Amino acid sequence: MRQFVDQLIQNGYFAGAPKELVYAGAMIVAALVVLSVFVAPLAGVTSWLERRVWARMQSRVGPNRVGPQGILQWLADGIKNLLKEDIIPASADKFLFSLAPYVVFVGFLSAFVVIPFGRELIVADLNIGILYLLAVTSVVVVGILMAGWSSNNKWSLLGGMRSAAQIVSYEIPAGLAVLTIVFVAGTLSTQGIIKGQGWAPWDWFLFYNPFTFVAFFLYFTAALAEGNRTPFDIPEAESELVAGYVTEYSGMRFLFFFFAEWGNLYVIGAVATILFLGGWHIPAIPALADQPILKGGLQFAVFFVKAYFWVFVAMWVRATLPRVRVDQLMSLCWKYMVPLSFVCVVGTAAWMLIWPQGNRPVSMAMFLLGVVILAMFSKRVGYQIRHARPVLYLRPYI
Amino acid sequence: MDDLVAHPFFPILVLFCLAGIVVLALLLVAQKVGPKKMDPVKAEPFESGNPPRGDARIRFPVKFYLVAMLFLIFDLEAVFLYPWAILLRRLGTYGLVEMGIFLLIAAVGFLYAWKRGALDWE
Amino acid sequence: MEISTAIFYLVAAVTVGSAAMVAFSRNIIHSAFSLLGTFAGVAGIYVFLGADFVAGVQVLVYVGGILVLILFAVMLTHRITDVQITNRSAGRIPGLVVVAILFVLLVQSIGETPWAKAKEVVYKATTASIGDLFLGDYLLPFELASLVLLAALIGAVVLARQEIKE
Repeated sequence: MRQFVDQLIQNGYFAGAPKELVYAGAMIVAALVVLSVFVAPLAGVTSWLERRVWARMQSRVGPNRVGPQGILQWLADGIKNLLKEDIIPASADKFLFSLAPYVVFVGFLSAFVVIPFGRELIVADLNIGILYLLAVTSVVVVGILMAGWSSNNKWSLLGGMRSAAQIVSYEIPAGLAVLTIVFVAGTLSTQGIIKGQGWAPWDWFLFYNPFTFVAFFLYFTAALAEGNRTPFDIPEAESELVAGYVTEYSGMRFLFFFFAEWGNLYVIGAVATILFLGGWHIPAIPALADQPILKGGLQFAVFFVKAYFWVFVAMWVRATLPRVRVDQLMSLCWKYMVPLSFVCVVGTAAWMLIWPQGNRPVSMAMFLLGVVILAMFSKRVGYQIRHARPVLYLRPYI
Repeated sequence: MDDLVAHPFFPILVLFCLAGIVVLALLLVAQKVGPKKMDPVKAEPFESGNPPRGDARIRFPVKFYLVAMLFLIFDLEAVFLYPWAILLRRLGTYGLVEMGIFLLIAAVGFLYAWKRGALDWE
Repeated sequence: MEISTAIFYLVAAVTVGSAAMVAFSRNIIHSAFSLLGTFAGVAGIYVFLGADFVAGVQVLVYVGGILVLILFAVMLTHRITDVQITNRSAGRIPGLVVVAILFVLLVQSIGETPWAKAKEVVYKATTASIGDLFLGDYLLPFELASLVLLAALIGAVVLARQEIKE
């Protein structure tokens, strides 16, 4: 970020202004841009896309009225929520009730500081990047407990406690899976981790060794569980606990919780891309060598597509899998994922000591294995799609 | 001003303040713009239409506390593993043996908790 | 006063103010949630000291772990909001006298300690140095820390044993 502003100053912009003020201004503008132009529409479009994707997977149409294909549905929902009455239950703890959405929102938004948009475009390349990300996403638990307690409602409290227990349990496999990649990369900084990879799939950390391959699935599952997404959405289980810890929230306060949830999907995808899928790397095309803006745009596009693909997978999983029971959920975490992630950690450490520069043939073999698995999976999905028997044939243009 | 802006954590401060301002502003707008027809039924705790019954604070099983305790312990172990992860190449086999002892003790604890049934939920 | 000093004082005020709320609040839930401000403020102070790894660990472990543990403990206790947490046995005046003496002692000792001052705070990556110290000079305390964690784990399992065996 700093180099980017330095380049702009060298090219003659902001001539005459004191340097610190330029940096401060640039930082504030960057944060504003990230928040309003990127995060808000992203969370909103994700909510619309989720409803569309679900609907198409269930042979229905989904929202398609507001704007082209319904893409402005989130704006309509946002404005509607803004106009709703702000109800605080009589016996609720007013201060904590109001503070809870802020804590959850801050916990989610602070993650965007270390998520890169391109080689030079990151709000702040912290030395403790990934650790900071894990730390900040664990602040959300306190917000959830606050929401559950202050609503003064049995079901909110139960939902909040269960959600907190779930998130807190799944932070361990997530943290250990991330640790596996830190072994390979040798740094905690997100840009550093991306720079250790290459553009080709066999240079990604995903295929580096069998342990990182397993670590990816561990991370993704644990991140889904941390985000209260199906199949781990017991706290939000509509049929069981009304809406869990957000039962008593309505209007704008409710929106902040769900804004954080949908935005969190992107954070999950972005972290998976940073750690496992090579981030913003693009092949070195000679034509782009002296066009930084085009190159930066391409890098951003590549990163975004990779990250958003995992958002789509999370929605796909939500449309497909049934909910896991709370005791199955906990035993999955503690009895399966935690030992497995420890094995991955030790295995990767031993691997790194035996082959410090990496083992190229094994990476290629893992890549081929990944391709084979993907091909088999796609074949099965294609078969299901061709032989599905929807009751109603709809033509909504998508 | 210079040392503040050059600080790597400055954007976090900006983001905190920005998040606070956005949340406050939106909530203020929502309060001003929304209707205010408060009524006793709206103010009651929501129980899917049933009249609210009993105290909202019920007694909870202790397994929640146990899960939080387990999380804390394994989280601390993960935190101890992070500096080693960065220095792995430099410390070589010696580091692996040292951390191996650490992880062995952790594994003993984990096995004990498993055998005692602390990892079962209901 | 520079802006960074002002922000330091703000962070310090948040920390001390939240700690005051923890101690003085009548409502025990408010006390527990004020710890969030205290822990976050301490993390901010670590950032000012240039200890980035420790700041991250502070948030991860204290806010994400210890605060959640304390909140669970408070929320698990039956009818905790009915409990009176003031102890009236000693009386206010003797209490104030003791606190004043302690305050004077603390201020004196803080003022007279030769603190090691760095010339300026350097913001570089501290994680590698911490790792070097853990696995080099301070290896024995590090291994003992794992034994302490083991003891804590056994303690927690034993305390919850009654509920599990039922």
